Order: sequence, then C-alpha cells, then structure tokens
Amino acid sequence: MRITRCLTLWLLLCALMLALLGSAQAQQDDPGKPLLEALASASYAAKSDAIDAIVASGDSRSRAWLEALNDGKLQQNKQTGQFVVVLANRGRNWPVEDALSGEPLGEMSRRELDRIGINNALRGQLRSTLAVLDLYVDNPDARLQAANDLLGQVDAGMVAPLEAVRDQEPSEAVQERLTEALAIYRLEQGDAQAIETLSGSLHPEARAALNGAAASDDPALAAQAKKALDGIEQTLKINRGFETLYFGLSLGSVLVLAAIGLAITFGVMGVINMAHGELIMLGAYTSWGMQQLLPGQPGLAVILSIPAGFLVAGLAGVAIERCVIQFLKGRPLETLLATFGVSLILQQLVRTLVSPLNRTVITPEWMSGSLVINDALSLTLNRLYVLGFALLVFAALMLVMRRTRLGLEVRAVTQNRAMARSMGIRATRVDMLTFGLGAGVAGLAGVALAQLTNVGPNLGQSYIIDSFMVVVFGGVGNLWGTLVAGMSLGVINQVLEPWAGAVLAKIIVLVFIILFIQKRPRGLFPQKGRAAEG
Amino acid sequence: MNTLTPTYRWLAAALLSMGVALPAQAQEDPIKVGILHSLSGTMAISESTLKDTMLMLIEQQNEAGGLLGRQLEPVVVDPASNWPLFAEKARELLAQEKVDVIFGNWTSVSRKSVLPVVEELNGLLFYPVQYEGEESSENVFYTGAAPNQQAIPAVNYLMNNVGVERWVLAGTDYVYPRTTNKILEAYLKDHGVADEDIMINYTPFGHSDWQNIVSDIKRFGSEGKKTAVVSTINGDANVPFYRELGNQGIDAADIPVVAFSVGEQELSGIDTAPLVGHLAAWNYFMSVDNDANYDFIDAWIDYTGDEMSVTNDPMEAHYIGFNMWLEAVRKAGTPDVDAVKDAIIGVTVPNLTGGYAAMMPNHHITKPVLIGEIQDNGQFSVVWETPSTVAGDAWSDYLEGSRDLISDWRKPMECGNYNVVEASCGGGVEAQ
Repeated sequence: MRITRCLTLWLLLCALMLALLGSAQAQQDDPGKPLLEALASASYAAKSDAIDAIVASGDSRSRAWLEALNDGKLQQNKQTGQFVVVLANRGRNWPVEDALSGEPLGEMSRRELDRIGINNALRGQLRSTLAVLDLYVDNPDARLQAANDLLGQVDAGMVAPLEAVRDQEPSEAVQERLTEALAIYRLEQGDAQAIETLSGSLHPEARAALNGAAASDDPALAAQAKKALDGIEQTLKINRGFETLYFGLSLGSVLVLAAIGLAITFGVMGVINMAHGELIMLGAYTSWGMQQLLPGQPGLAVILSIPAGFLVAGLAGVAIERCVIQFLKGRPLETLLATFGVSLILQQLVRTLVSPLNRTVITPEWMSGSLVINDALSLTLNRLYVLGFALLVFAALMLVMRRTRLGLEVRAVTQNRAMARSMGIRATRVDMLTFGLGAGVAGLAGVALAQLTNVGPNLGQSYIIDSFMVVVFGGVGNLWGTLVAGMSLGVINQVLEPWAGAVLAKIIVLVFIILFIQKRPRGLFPQKGRAAEG
Repeated sequence: MNTLTPTYRWLAAALLSMGVALPAQAQEDPIKVGILHSLSGTMAISESTLKDTMLMLIEQQNEAGGLLGRQLEPVVVDPASNWPLFAEKARELLAQEKVDVIFGNWTSVSRKSVLPVVEELNGLLFYPVQYEGEESSENVFYTGAAPNQQAIPAVNYLMNNVGVERWVLAGTDYVYPRTTNKILEAYLKDHGVADEDIMINYTPFGHSDWQNIVSDIKRFGSEGKKTAVVSTINGDANVPFYRELGNQGIDAADIPVVAFSVGEQELSGIDTAPLVGHLAAWNYFMSVDNDANYDFIDAWIDYTGDEMSVTNDPMEAHYIGFNMWLEAVRKAGTPDVDAVKDAIIGVTVPNLTGGYAAMMPNHHITKPVLIGEIQDNGQFSVVWETPSTVAGDAWSDYLEGSRDLISDWRKPMECGNYNVVEASCGGGVEAQ
C-alpha cells in the first residue's frame, strides 16, 4: 500500500501543477464529492484507502482537505450531507465554509455536524503524506521538518524521488536529513554501507534501525552495527549528563523564583508569611487575566503581565502588611497563624470570584517547543525562558537592595531598627515597602509559573514548603544563599530522581536539609557580624 | 380593643387556618436529597461541578412535578476536601437532616471515610467516580467505572488495535493508581508482556516537575518497540505533565498516552493543541453524538450560563444514578431506604451515549467503554468502543484473593464479598 501511496504522491504533484494552469471544475458534478464521501465511511481501513484516492486524484484542493482532516475540521452536515470545513470549533455554534467550493456558510450548530474522525494510525499516514508534499515548499524550516518526519518512514517507492529531491536541495541540513532517512531504509534492507552514514546519528529512528541490524543473522553486519551503537551510546551518555544538569538548573530556577520573594519578607524582615504561596497564585491569575483582556495576543499578554503581576501581588502584600502583620510585630507565632488564615481567605476568594476550576494560560508560540541542540539533547523553551527570567529577577533585586535608597533603608532598618529610626528613617513605611517588594517578586514568580503549571486556587500551596526550605537552607537574610541553595537543591533533586523515583528523591532531599541544618543552623551562607544577632 | 366584628373574626380565623393548612398539604414534607461534595479545598476543582449537576437535575425533576407527588429538596453540605469531615458531614446529613439519599464523594479515601457512617445509619450513597474496585457495600451504589470498565478495555485497545508492546504505567502515589496498576501489571503479564517491557512510575500529588520522567519515557520508547503510557496521574499534576510532553515533542503517533483521570473538565485548563491524539478511556464523552446528550449539554449550559462550560463522565454517572434512584423510588412507592435498596436492582435507565444502564446485583452498573482521542478544542473524539455495555466487576479477576469473591445483594445471598471457594460470606483476604 505504501508503494502505491508514494507513486500516487508523484501523480498528485504533477496534477497540482496542471490544476494551477487549468481552470476550476464545474460545480454541478464536482469530482471531489465522491472522494470526500469515501472519507466519511465508518471503517478506518476504508478511510485510509480514501486518503490514497484523494492523493491520486490530483485535485488542487486535496492538500486543504487532508489538512482539515488531520485537524479534525473536515465535517459533514447530518441533514444535507454537505461537506464543510470548520474554521473555529469552540462553543456551540461554529463558523464553517463549504469544503468543495470554499464559500463561507455562516455558522452551524455542533449538533448538525458530524466530524470525519481519524485515529493515530491515520494521523501518521496523513503526516507522512503531507511531509512529502512539504519537501517542495520554499520555507527551509518546513522542509527540514518534513525531512525529519520522513525518518524511518521511507519505503521502496520513495527512494528514487527522494534522491532526486536531495540532489536539488539547497539547504545542507535538509540534505543531511534526507541522506539519513535514505540510509535508514537501506540499512533495513541489509546494506552495511549505510551503517557508516548512521554511526554519528543520535536520532531514535537511526538507533532503532541499528538495533535491528545488530540483531540480524549476518554476523558481519551485526558486529558493525554493534560497534556503531557503542559509539552512539558514549555520546548519548554525555548528552544525558547535560540534560540532567539542565533539568536541575531549570527546577532550581523555579525554586529560586518562588523563594526569592520570601527571602526578602522572611529572610530580611523576619516575617513568617504563610500567604506567600497565595501571592504567587495572584501573580499567576494576573497572567491569566491579562490573556483574557488581550485575546489572540498571548505573547504581548505574557510581557505585560510581568509588571502587572508585580503590581497586583505587591499591592496585595502592602494590604496584608497594613491590615495584619504590622500589628503582630515581634510575635512570630501569631504572625504565622494570621498569615495562614490570610492564605485560606485568598484561596477561597479566588474560588468564589473566579472559579474553583483551573484556568488555561496559553503559551505563546515563541515559548513552546524546544531548542534542539542535537537529536538527543533539546532544551524546552518555556523552561529556558523561566531560567533566564529567574536570573534577571535576581539581578534586579540585588540592584535594588545594593544600589537604591530603599535598599539602603531596608538594610538599615533590619540591622538596627532603633538606630535607623533615630537617623530619620520612617521604619513603618520601610516595612510596608519591603513587604510589598517581596510580595511583588512573588507575583513575578507566579507569572513565570503560569507558563509551567496549573493556574488554580491550589497553586500556592505546592510552593510554600519548598520556598521556606530554600530560604532556610541558603541562610536567612542572604539573597546569594537563596540563589545557590535553590539551584543546588534543583540539581540534587534531578540527579537523584532517575535513581530513586520522584517520591523518594523528595524525601532524600528533605532528610539532607534536616541533617545539614543540624550541622549548620544558619544555612549555607550565614549572616555574620552584628546583623546576625538581631 | 378589637375592631373586628364577629363575622370578620370568624372569616379571619378560617383564612388563617387555611393559610397554614394549604402549604402544609402541598408540601407534605419534601423528599430530601443530600449532596456531599467538596466546595472548598483541593477537591473543589472537581467536585463543585457535581454539586451543580445535582442541583440542576433536582430542579428539572421538581419542574416536572417532583417525585411521588412530593417535591425534592436538596441539602448541600461542604466537607471541604477534608476526609474526616466527610464522615462528620455524612452523619449530619443522615442523623440531623434525615435525608433519604446522598449523592457524593470523589476520592476513594473520602468514600472509605464515609462508608462506616452510611452503613451504621443505613443510608444510601451514590458514588459517581471511576475507582479501583475491591469494594461492595450494601448501602453504596457505584455509578462510576470499576477497573474492568475502564482500564482493562483501554489496555486491550492499545494491545490489539495499536499494537503496543512496551508499557509505561505512570500514576500518582495513592490507592487508586496503585491498585489499578497492580491489576494492569498482572493482566499484561498474563498476556505475555515481559518484565523489562513494563516501566512503573509513581509521583507525589500535585507533582509539577516532569522533565526527568518525560525524558525517561522518551528513552524507554525509543528502543524500537511500540510504546504507550497508561496514566493514572491525578488531577492537578496532569497540566505540567502534558505541557512537558508537548514541549519535549512526544507525539501521540509515536508514544500515545492513555489517561483514566483526564476528562473534558481537566482539559479545559490546558492548551490542547500539542496533545492532539493522546487518549482517554471513559464511559462518556461530551462529544458523543446523541440527542439525549445534546439536550443534557444544552440544559447544563443554560444552568451555568457559561457558553463554554463542559460536561464530563462523573456528571453522566450522577445523571444515571439520579434517574435510577427516581425509578427505584417510583417502583417501591416510597423513598424508604430498605425498600429502595431492594427495588433498584435491575432498574434500567437510558444513559447519555445512546444506550441503557442497568443496576447489577453487586451495586455496580453496566456501561459502554469508549476510547477517545484529544482534539485541539479540548474535546475527545471517539475512536473505539466496546460492542456492548460491560457490567462492573466489584472484585477484580486478576488479583490474588480477589478473584474468588463475588458480590450479590439480592436475597437470599445478600453478601458483598462471597467467597465461592470457601462458600462463605465475608471469607477471603482483602486484596492488597
């Protein structure tokens, strides 16, 4: 079947050009109609044949049909039997256009429409069909993607056309990919020379082909394949090391982001703020709210929600400080209980006002997917951005604390409150601003976390323990300590996880911290001098 | 002082007494329906919609004339996602409010906490969520799926229709995934899957850092054999899990993930574009093409006033359970617990997928099993379904100790765990 499909693909390509030259077909007895009717049959095997028939027909609209089918947007009106392409499929009524003529038909209710369903096997067939077509487009990225999709999918009928395409291909990367795809096919046929081409490849399909060859009956071929595999295994190990490091730093950056606001409120001011997690949650909800305000522009919304998240959480922080914490100065236990109460209130407030359900935060295009270093190592983009963001926030915070008047006053008040006041610093105002700053930074963490995890009322709870852990481990009152502690806990956790499993890794890290605190009660970077006494 | 003439006084007295008597006659103490779902705390995310579903169904029933000529009165309590509080609230419903039936619970641990109370006070509980099985109580009706109505057919589909040979069983670390995975592991080994082709992974509740696990799955799946992930990952942890899958480029055509706890409601919090083609096994999907279903959806949208609100499997379970209870009360002629308990066995009502659900003697119901693929609009499209409905099995056939047990609450057996080998009730080891 595959052979025929590839031959028919060629036919399709020729026909596409003809169709471009020729005129549109008459509407009455549209040849597309029986093709689509065949697609609407119940069995998946029949649908697969129908896809081949569409390709073979060479109809100029076939690409649009196949894409709509792939997206589940090719549908049929139950009463009239008319085939339509759905343009947007959310809510009860969907805008549609005629699949044959392309005329817009207004809106139809989802009750009236019957989707032409596909399964994963058909999706695979469609993907390789569309991939072959994509090899002829102008965009080199699309061609590379198409060549990638063809790895492990090549069959006898495709070899000659693919070789022709490769020889004309201007982009070197695409050429390499196509050579690899062809080599995989040749190796499957028992060609030992293909091993050389594949020996440097880290792609799983290449490895699968080599694995197959290593198990073959031909001892020479098997030995050669084994040697190539051993070489690949070495490279893979190194890549795996880098991958774990990246995972660790990425987890660490999340911990640092979540904890750094607490490092100010708890570390510098000494307030045990149990509502810290909920301030993070407020930041995440701001991110969601911004996307509601700017529909269709998730990228802009993410950027705008950075200052907005800071402001919302910061103002909430100031309100908490004014209404609760300032009255409980020097009474840590009561502060703990009161802020715990505040955290519950904030959670229930969000549940009642917004919804108890999680909210969708859309990841903008430029933040999704991964940065491909090689076939075995790719860095997920959203986490890469969060890592960079965490470092930026940290640097900005260091600047504020070291270089601004507010930072100077904060340090003065925390080191010696009475002395600072006698020098004319309004300590209560400094308290309020410091708490607001810490809360605002928590809001920033929320904006970043919205890109990684759930945005729901429970978001904050999962980070509060980790945040305290990082601050205590790093040394209370030391921002550098928070950075180093967060990053190292992240790396330790990710190194342990493949060995011990997620549950045990968490426990081991916790035990490690407890033991560490026994030995060094003031954390990694203890404060020295008179400030430590206060 | 009194300005009323005797005639008027008489008339006023008559009117007064009528005024008291009339509503009393019409209302003739309503039938009380208890709703025991968390409206705050971690589980509010899933359970609060079920409360609204019950309120909607009760409202509809009252508009249609109530039950046995009496009105239904919902009694809503909030157990706040707190397991011991579930038991207290159940006691409050049964002992103080004197409700005739309770619809409630989501997590297995909350059901286990309510169980002794419902049995002691002889209440009725309809439990609407898929669960791990290994339980059958005289007072509980399980309208969600047992493992043989969800997990086993899903694995069969992957094995026979997709050709999967390597399996990742990933779950959250608590009773439902552990029991389900134990059953699945035994089932897979029975079908000739080798030890090294099964990878089992547990993560804590709300796990948010999936990088390592997803990359492990990717590696496990790149050994040449077709691999699938069977996910019993619970609620909140799914969003970061699916995000990581999408970002690390695991495509459903390469490594499909079939989930047992991810429905339309969970997907409404995720951008599903990168997830198209991943699977879920349920007994109901909102996308099922059926008029009864469309009517239910329209009523739900009108009730919530939100054009985008979704329906899901546990909601259908409540729909079925509520209708079964109505039918049983009509059959018994009274909402009395003992009468209803006997009357309900064998009651058959339409479900929302175009078929019928029947209450079996083991207090589980018959359900069709549907496999759906995730679409880019947060809905599922059904790619496979069982040819007929499957009856829920309280005791799994694949676990040692549990396979000898059957449950039958009809007279004369009236036993939830009858051991067919020892021929005694209450015999047999509780499955581990």
